[in-house]
Order: sequence, then C-alpha cells, then structure tokens
Amino acid sequence: MTDHNFEPTIIGFTCNWCSYRASDLAGTARMKYAPNVRLIRLMCSGRLDPTFVLRALSEGADGVMITGCHPGECHYIEQNYKALRRFLLLRRVLTGLGIEPERVKLVWASAAEGARFASETTAFVEEIRKLGPLNWGKDEGERRKDEEGNKNSSFIIQPSSFEKEVPA
Amino acid sequence: MTEKVGVYVCHCGSNIAGTVDVEDVAHWAAEKLGHQGVIIAREYKFMCSSLGQELIEKDIKELGLTRVVVAACSPHLHEKTFRIAAKNAGLNPYLVELASIREQVSWVHSDKVVATAKAKAVVSGAVSRAIQNAPLEELKVPINSNTLVVGGGIAGIQSALEIANAGFHVYLVEREPSIGGHMAQFDKTFPTLDCSACILTPRMVEAGTHPNITLLTWSEVTNVAGYVGNFHVTIKKKARFINEELCTGCGICQEKCPKKVIDDVYEAGLGYRKAVYTPFAQAVPNFPVMDKDNCTYFEKGTCKACEKFCPTGAIDFNQQDELLHIDVGNIVLATGYDLFDARRVSNYGYGRLPNVFTSLEFERLSNAAGPTNGNIVLRDGKTAPKSVGIIHCVGSRDRNFNNYCSVICCMQGLKFAHLVHERTGATVYNFYIDMRTAYKAYDEFYQRVLEEGTLFVRGKVAEVTDAARYSNEKGKLIIQTEDTLAGKQRRIPVDMVILSSGLQPRHDAKEVGKLFGISCSMDGWFTEKHPKLDPVATMTEGIYIVGCAQGPKDIPSSVAQGAAASARVLDKILQKEVALEPIKATVNKEMCSGCRICNGLCPFNAIGFLADDNVSEINPALCQGCGTCVAACPAGAISGTGFSNEQIIAQIDGLLMRNLEPA
Repeated sequence: MTDHNFEPTIIGFTCNWCSYRASDLAGTARMKYAPNVRLIRLMCSGRLDPTFVLRALSEGADGVMITGCHPGECHYIEQNYKALRRFLLLRRVLTGLGIEPERVKLVWASAAEGARFASETTAFVEEIRKLGPLNWGKDEGERRKDEEGNKNSSFIIQPSSFEKEVPA
Repeated sequence: MTEKVGVYVCHCGSNIAGTVDVEDVAHWAAEKLGHQGVIIAREYKFMCSSLGQELIEKDIKELGLTRVVVAACSPHLHEKTFRIAAKNAGLNPYLVELASIREQVSWVHSDKVVATAKAKAVVSGAVSRAIQNAPLEELKVPINSNTLVVGGGIAGIQSALEIANAGFHVYLVEREPSIGGHMAQFDKTFPTLDCSACILTPRMVEAGTHPNITLLTWSEVTNVAGYVGNFHVTIKKKARFINEELCTGCGICQEKCPKKVIDDVYEAGLGYRKAVYTPFAQAVPNFPVMDKDNCTYFEKGTCKACEKFCPTGAIDFNQQDELLHIDVGNIVLATGYDLFDARRVSNYGYGRLPNVFTSLEFERLSNAAGPTNGNIVLRDGKTAPKSVGIIHCVGSRDRNFNNYCSVICCMQGLKFAHLVHERTGATVYNFYIDMRTAYKAYDEFYQRVLEEGTLFVRGKVAEVTDAARYSNEKGKLIIQTEDTLAGKQRRIPVDMVILSSGLQPRHDAKEVGKLFGISCSMDGWFTEKHPKLDPVATMTEGIYIVGCAQGPKDIPSSVAQGAAASARVLDKILQKEVALEPIKATVNKEMCSGCRICNGLCPFNAIGFLADDNVSEINPALCQGCGTCVAACPAGAISGTGFSNEQIIAQIDGLLMRNLEPA
C-alpha cells in the first residue's frame, strides 16, 4: 500500500526546554532528517491541548508528533505526565473518530538528544507514509459542501467551532 | 486585517541561503501572505547585524509595522536581539516572532526545493501567529543580593570569594565536613608541581573567615523553590554532635576516640580516621564531626570517651539535624565529579590485584600528609616499587564506559611519572592512546618527563595480570599491550600499576539537577546554556554551573569558571531587579465555574481557590508559565500569554498553508 510519491505533512509540538533544543542541536550538528515535520514551540508538552492535534489533523496534517522531556526530567517538574495522559486519551478519541491512532506519536527527547530527535522524526514520517494520506483536511470548497451535507451530524469536527471557544 | 506585518528573511551568509532560496521565500511571503497583512518582505545577508536590525527599526518607524516576523535562526539565539530592536523602534518586543529556518530547515535538509517549501510553511505559520500576538510587559521583581554556592571545592570557593569580596553575602554549602574538595587530597599540581595544599589552604581559610560568607559544611540542600532573584532554599545541616560555639578544634576528641574507621572519602580507602574526626589537619572549619554509623556510643550505648576528655564540653550527643531556610537571588552549583570506578574495567584488575592503584589512591600515597607520609610503596606498606606502569584513559574514550576525554588524565599520568621517578628512581612506563597536553606550559611538562627518562608506549592496554609466563615475570604484574608504534604485542612486567582513571558526573547529579531545575547532558554533566558563548549559565535563569559539574576540567579552568559565574551573579545583583518573562496564565473569573480541575495540576502551587467567589485564581509571581492549566480548563477560562490558544491555532493553520491568498 505504501505510496512512495506521497509526502506526508506533519505538525510537531515541541517543548521549549528539551525537544525544541534537541531540534536546535540536530541543526547545529547538521544531522539530516525528513523535511515533513513543521514544528510549533510550546513552553511545555503539558501546554498541549488535544484540540490542537484535532485542529492540525482537520486542517490537513497527516500526522502529529508530540515531544516532551523524558519522564522525571520535566522543566516544570511533572507536566509531561499530564501530556502523556492526554495523549493516551486522545488516541482513544481518534480511534472513535475512525482515525488510526498511530497518526499521533509521543516522543521523549532531552535537549541533548539531537540524534534521537532526528531519527524519531524520520521514522515517524515513514510510519505516516505507510498509513497514507489522511484526507481529512480538504480544501475550503469541498469542506463546505461536506458540512452542508452533514448539517444534522453533530459528530463532524467543525474547525469554526475552535474559533468560538469562548462563548459570548 | 488591520495589522501591518513585516517579514525579514535572513541569508545567514550561506548558512540559510545555501539551502533555502531566500529571495523566493521573501517574494512569496509578500505575494501570498499580503492579504494577511504582510506589507513588506525583505531578505538580507545578516539580519542580526546592526545593519539588519536598523533595517527593521527603520521599517517599523516609517511603514508603521505592527508585527515583525524574522525568518532566521532558532529563537533561542536571536529572539532577544530582535525584540530589543523592536523595542528601540517603539514596538512592543513581544510582537516580534521568529521563524526558525536555519536549525529547523536549512541545516537539516539538503534538497533546496524541499527546504524552500518548508521554509515558506514555517514563515507562513509565524506570520499567522504573530498577528495573534499580544503586547506584553515584562514583570520586574527585586533581586535578593544573597547568593548560594553549592560545593566547596576550588571552583565553589573561588566563586564564593569573588562575590563576597564584592560586598555581597554568600552561603557556601558543602556536604563533607570540610571545604577543599578533591584538590585538598592532591599532593602536587601539574604542570608547575606546586604543592596543592600550599595554594589551596589560604583560600579555604579566607572563605572560612570571610565576614560575607556563611559556611555550612556537613550540610545538603534539600529543597529549592522560587525563581531568579527570589529562590527559597532549604538546607539540611546534619548533626555534627559537636557544639560549634564551644569547640576550639583542639583535636583531643579525635586523639581519645578508640574507634578506627577506614577513610574511604579523604584517604581514598588507604588510611584510617577515627569515628569523630576532621578529615585533614587544615580542614575548614576545624570542628570535627561524629560519624554516627561508626561511633561506639551510638552503636552500643557506652563509651563517650570524647565527651570525657573534651576540655570545653563541646560534645553534644543529643544534637539533631537542623533545617535552615534561606532566601537567595542566585545559585552557583560547583558540585564537582566522582572518580571513575576502576573496578568496572575488570581486565585491569583493580580490587583484585593488590598493587593496582587508582589515581586518587596514588595522590594520597604520594602526599606527605597521607597514610604513608609520602612514601611511594606497594600495598604491603614497605616495599618501594622498582618499576611502575601508568595506564591512561581508564574509563575514558572507551565505548564500553565513557566516550568523552576526561581532560586531566594525561597530565595527571605525567605528574605521577615524574613523582615516581623523583622519589623512587623506579623505571616508569606510560601507556597512552594519544598524549593530550593542550594548555599553557603543559606540553613543556611532557617534554620534561620525556627527558627524565620515562618510557612511553602508545597503545591501549589489554590486560593487567599476575599470571606469569616467563621467569622474569614471577611475582610481578604483567601489562599486556599492543605497542602501536612498534607494531607488536608486548608484555611488560612491573611492580605497581597506576590507573589514570577518568572523571565522571556525581552519582547523584541527575537528582541534584532536578532539585535545581537544570538538565544533564547525555554523559550526565550539567548542561550549560551555550557550549561556547555561555558556558557557566544554564537554561534556568539565576542558576550557574562551574568546575567539573559542567564537564571534566583542570584546576585553572575550574577557577576561571568559578570567577566567571561570580561576574554573572554580580551583574544580576547590581541590576537590583530582574525582568521575568511575561509568559503567565490568568483566570477569567467571569468564565470560571469553580470546578478546581486546574488546582491540582499546578506543581508550583500557583493556583489558589477563592471559596467566597467560587473561582480559581493564579498567583503571577508563582506561575512559571508551563500552560498545563490553560490546556486543561474545560471552560476555556484560563488564558496563557505568549502561547494563547489563538496564537497556537493560528500557527497550525499557517504551517498547513490554510492562510494563503485564495487563488
């Protein structure tokens, strides 16, 4: 099933203290890895709201990589455990939505592990390549059509609902 | 869209421009992100240069930019630079956003087309995010002018003295009974061969008597809370069972104590101390400590010989551990190293073959104040060796143990060679992989040892054994090695083997790092902020690392680092206040339902509950800005500045190119 022409798009959420610095280190050491992951820097993996992952998947990402400090090494003492909890729950939610839970991956990488960051990234890109495109994020016109057709369905994740997170 | 965004793409010489088509990225941003508010997109050779910064400042002033996106290196390098530039031009510094297209793009990808496409996505994400950025004001808090120095080796002493001499108070905490560290155990120091104690003890005394230094030996830090400028530290002062007010340090208690204990800290297991002891004659402070685990009174309930003979009645068997709470503004960690455990290299026979010594054992053996009064003898305590083999790189530069070079072992090995030669006239062999003598006057010392007639064999020793094959090997230790210069295997019989063991991180470095909120490298040394340009600061503001805690180094470098950290601390103290990153969470009380989910999530106890109003509230001074509560609030009532939901969602959309000009 592997489509070698398919280049997945992946969003990576990184912790400011460990994995973002690991990616900096990979850069400084000129380690080459797959170019498919685009990073977002958070202060801590504990900042990761699972809706960010759903948003990324619904807007066209084929996979999401979440990275944080190794257990016991969190800059904020223990918030990476909270990220772990949310990650495990999120995988169940994804299964419920009919999405392969393997599309979301959690990686621990310390600031010293540039090589690990690079190899995990490349490995994840290959895993997503095997899974194929998610096709969740369609272009605007198509999605509107879909949404109109599914108006009665409360199950569809409507990206617009995120913008109105705060009730008036 | 009302924001006016300027995009600046850096070439970084060829660092970025070599892999990313920077002109294309800039043109693309102006064209495709124009509807988002990008009114100008420029590329420039070095954005971080003063000309590059001026370019941004000029545009802010002339074009009225309200957001600035700089596509350059990692924000950890130059975010501050560009924020200051924006501030100079009158724009709130937090409206600047960095798009990392060097560490995260040009340096890690090779294909120019692919890298350029990724750079565009990264810029697009940064533009979308920048539009959602809000102006923030740094929180200014006063700095406590006290400093905590942890570790009383030479690096810590130097650091404490520099700060104390500048007129500020220092708490110097040491877990052993005396300050001095490893340097106090050495006999001679390379390459000058000055006596270690002679140069160290004046410094120890100065630290011990300095009016600005509170010396806390036999003490350990147990808890650290707070942040730069305002750390709250708990120190456990272990019971010495000696009343320090009454003790004069006369030493009669040690003399009278009937219990002998092997001293495996200071004497490296070669000598004895008493159950009540000062580790060495020049100890600072000079009060003894009682080793509760070995004291006859604590074991059997009788003895108290020390109490009987103490002329001032200073012995206090009822003393308890004490917890001290101190407030400091900065912390210097000088926790040093552990010696590599040579038992792990089982083929060298340490622990099995009596006449194999570690480097620290040899230091004590050659020390005039040591167990043999400086006589270099075999384990039997009387025979002088006629031939000695010194093995370099034990546990260092070895994939089975530590990959790194321990820096000091070559010079240490040469020093040993000189001392053995000078005092015993024995034949000395040095077994080395590479000779590393790179520092002022080090190579000259190597030449001197060569001229003294020490023999050098280049090759990694395979084995040290007592199994003789030939008659001349009987009763000797045989060093089996490849001589890579002669191109053959050799068996060299010697009387004594000294293992020039490497250095390794303290066994508890990881826990200590966690306590102070700093990280360790893969090898276990504390990680500095920048390996070249910021070697004593850490990622946690207000915490500095000096000496071997940061990595293996010799005495001059440890002293230099100790002084360097003091300069950084004094710089902080003299500023009187520190600006805290305004990345904080706040609760919107109108929306808070009082569910208290966030309360238990905060590890800093920053979230309190106002029972009267049934809402939670965050204390901004305690909040560290991790954002866990923001992500957890089911009502969306908590917002996090700098990393708001709006900013992150905009960045996701931007990275996925959902924000482009419709075709």
